[in-house]
Amino acid sequence: MSDVAVVLEGITKSFGDVEALRGVDLTVPRGSVLGVLGPNGAGKTTAVRILATLLRPTSGTAYVEGHDVVRDAAAVRRLIGLTGQATALVDELTGRENLVMVGRLHHLPKTEAESRAAALLEQFDLVDAADRTAKTYSGGMRRRLDLAASLVGQPKVLFLDEPTTGLDPRSRIAMWDVIRDLVREGTTLLLTTQYLDEADELADNIVVFDRGKVIAEGTSDALKDRVGGDVVAFSVASAAAATQAVDAVANVGDGAPVVSGLDVSVAVGSRGSEALLDVVRRLDAAKVTVTGLGIRRPSLDDVFLALTGHVAEEESA
Amino acid sequence: MSELTWAVADTWVMAKRNLTVWLRVPAYLVFTVVQPTIFTLLFRYVFGGAIHADVPGGYVNYLLPGIIGQTAAFASFATAISLAVEVQKGVIDRMRAMPMARSAFLGGRLLADVVRMTITILVIVGVGYAVGFRFHGGFGRAVAMVALAIVLGAAVCCISATIGLWLKDEESTQAFGMIWMFPLTFVSSAFVPVSSMPGWLQAFAVNQPITHVVNAMRALALGLPLHDDLWLSAVWLTGIFVVFAPLAVRVYKRVS
Repeated sequence: MSDVAVVLEGITKSFGDVEALRGVDLTVPRGSVLGVLGPNGAGKTTAVRILATLLRPTSGTAYVEGHDVVRDAAAVRRLIGLTGQATALVDELTGRENLVMVGRLHHLPKTEAESRAAALLEQFDLVDAADRTAKTYSGGMRRRLDLAASLVGQPKVLFLDEPTTGLDPRSRIAMWDVIRDLVREGTTLLLTTQYLDEADELADNIVVFDRGKVIAEGTSDALKDRVGGDVVAFSVASAAAATQAVDAVANVGDGAPVVSGLDVSVAVGSRGSEALLDVVRRLDAAKVTVTGLGIRRPSLDDVFLALTGHVAEEESA
Repeated sequence: MSELTWAVADTWVMAKRNLTVWLRVPAYLVFTVVQPTIFTLLFRYVFGGAIHADVPGGYVNYLLPGIIGQTAAFASFATAISLAVEVQKGVIDRMRAMPMARSAFLGGRLLADVVRMTITILVIVGVGYAVGFRFHGGFGRAVAMVALAIVLGAAVCCISATIGLWLKDEESTQAFGMIWMFPLTFVSSAFVPVSSMPGWLQAFAVNQPITHVVNAMRALALGLPLHDDLWLSAVWLTGIFVVFAPLAVRVYKRVS
């Protein structure tokens, strides 16, 4: 128990007739990152809102650092940080003013709130924009400021509800770097996301939500193994070359190579690099010229499809 | 520090935040200062000549307490709209997940709005003086008039806060505000003596809270007898607080 930061036990939550959560159990070891993955409407945000003391569960119990989120909500609020899908910034205040205000609401003395704000602005690369109002910030800057605001109280457990939804690719990657730094400092993190690559990049463990239930959990690698192993993939220049290539590598993989247009893929289980060398030798011997040769791990998209029978980006009805 | 001290400190932080926003958005300043000034000038110089009011100093003295009463009530538009917007944006969620006092969010809003309202009222008194309005009841009664206007504004804020938190949407909050606030302030003794209205309308105008409060304010401002208006105002305003303050808190607690 002592090395567990977050526990959900048999949590259900109904809104009228709608069952948003239908019996969720999960634990987050202290200092680790749990990625909660699922499409819109899967119940991810509801679970975060229960943990952040914003919603009472219909049944079940939840603990943050040993404190019950319902009976001991005030203690929980002192230990957590939350960044929601909507930013909670005041547009008319500057970045610095926003952070100082949050510090004051965490009951830091004025000078401490100010130095904490300055340190966070530094850490999140917002020093140049510190004294501009938040409404002049770009999307990525707003998210960083919002995340900084959730760190003012030096939370032990941080909930990030879809931290990069709506960001452009560059800002997303910058955000990932920021999140990785937090993890290095030992913060326990629960991250919800619809992006499979995001969970893959950031999380130690992943739980997959679908329609209010956890349908799978494990490391990214373990989940991928459930779908199958590695694939060696390459492209050729013509249909004739494809036929030649298939003949050349016919005995390398588990089953026959798959051809899709000019792309060829060979399922190789867990024999990744060894199989790759084998493929290269055989193609070379058969004098087939290929491009884009490499090992591809199955993506979490493949995992989600295999687990749920529908793709992750789909809106659940 | 005790829980109560923290609640006061948090309320102050929130109030300061709200006032800073008010000062930095030109549209809010215009809405809260320029608009009542225009109303004052409009009624003083455009409609005023056609309205007969039997009070010392003529219509401008009749008008000013009415304008101030209406302004105090209208000030709560901003309360309702800001709350609706903050629910929409998720600000309330963020605040509630923090260890701050639960009461500070609404308390800070109310405190800021009372400060804002006081400034607006003093501006209108100034404009009033420029166009011929004069207090006739002495300093103490003048202060009492301003105080009564602020209490009225705070009471209406509780109604507006409930509506804003309930509708959670800027446009509908604004539209809904018009629907009840215009009849309430105009079908009253704020701008014209109710005796000039048709009988069926008078029945409403005479007995509604804005009329009692404005009559009491006018009596205080001009040194006239208060009749029943002061205690009727007190009853109405207390009633509004007793019903709507807990209701606003209730809606706030349930809002998601």
